[in-house]
Amino acid sequence: MASSKAARMGEEVWKTRTEKINLEVLTLTYGTLVSQLTHDLRDPATNIPDYAAINTELDRMGHSIGLRLIEDFLAKTSSAGPAPCNNFRETAEMIAKVGFKIFLNVTPRVENWDKEGRSFGLVFEEMPVSEFVELPDDGRAQEELWFLNLFCGVVKGALEMVQMQVKAEWVSDVLRGDDTTEMRVTLIRYIEDEMPPDDE
Amino acid sequence: MSYYFTIIGTRDNPLFELDFGTSKVGGDGVARFREEAKYMNQFIVHAALDVVEEVQWTNKEMYLKRIDSFQNNHVHCFLTGGNVKFMLLMNPDPTATTYSAYPTSQPSRPSTARQSTTLLAASPNSQATEEAVRAFMLEVYENWVKCIMNPFYQVNQVVTSPVFRNRVATAAKKYL
Repeated sequence: MASSKAARMGEEVWKTRTEKINLEVLTLTYGTLVSQLTHDLRDPATNIPDYAAINTELDRMGHSIGLRLIEDFLAKTSSAGPAPCNNFRETAEMIAKVGFKIFLNVTPRVENWDKEGRSFGLVFEEMPVSEFVELPDDGRAQEELWFLNLFCGVVKGALEMVQMQVKAEWVSDVLRGDDTTEMRVTLIRYIEDEMPPDDE
Repeated sequence: MSYYFTIIGTRDNPLFELDFGTSKVGGDGVARFREEAKYMNQFIVHAALDVVEEVQWTNKEMYLKRIDSFQNNHVHCFLTGGNVKFMLLMNPDPTATTYSAYPTSQPSRPSTARQSTTLLAASPNSQATEEAVRAFMLEVYENWVKCIMNPFYQVNQVVTSPVFRNRVATAAKKYL
């Protein structure tokens, strides 16, 4: 599927079949979630936030969201042209131009493919949930916390439900002082349908 | 001419402080407060908080204009909806201001004295001063809202964000 077709599809679904909420509600809700985690997940000995645990927790939450969200995604997009992706490149286009478009109204650029076509970067020009955010200046958050880690989990969870096991992780974030915000998505394997054991 | 700007939280706790000089009429934007003014400024602004609490009920505006003065220091206040106070102290000639009863300061340099006729703080109640301070306060207020929207910021927590500090300094340069 051509990328322009994916872009049109994202636009159409966003306009006609997506319920919108005030952006600040979303931004503040997500911010509060991460902020609360920094209160709850502390190293018991030193009482400083355990950013590695926070990243993991965000990823886990995102994963559970992704497992459900893919159903919504397929329901919303099916009438606009139900076409399973033929290859991983199409998957990337669908995630960037339709998935992120209809749920967050952002369209990351798909860039930095590796040679085998199994890994790509999603570069976000803007990220609505990062608005207003400044990471705590405790000297560690900027190095260790991935504020947007929930979205890696979402991508992972959603693709898992359509037979793709992927690794998704942030490689840069403007909140940390980087020039770009980029998520790296790597295909590990296509999950084959397996018969449950002892099933005739 | 020098300014001292501070933000006071809802429990009369200081959240943010900035000293700066004027950038108008050839000023270089550097505060010229004397050593003892460093704590006297805090003291004067603190004393002015009582006046704020009187004035705030008689005025529907957020910008309360000049509310207090002491020696040659004039304090303007802007009160946000959340009861956070932006206090701006201005002094047209800080080197000549005596805080104690003993006149220990050297006489004001003639150049500053001449210049001060065109300075905002020389006429702290004039329309021009009030407009400039109002514009400054509104810009700080806008940035303040963005600052407290940061999910990692707690109410009444001291503001350490360098981004916010820069924005206040920029606003000061633009209007004062």
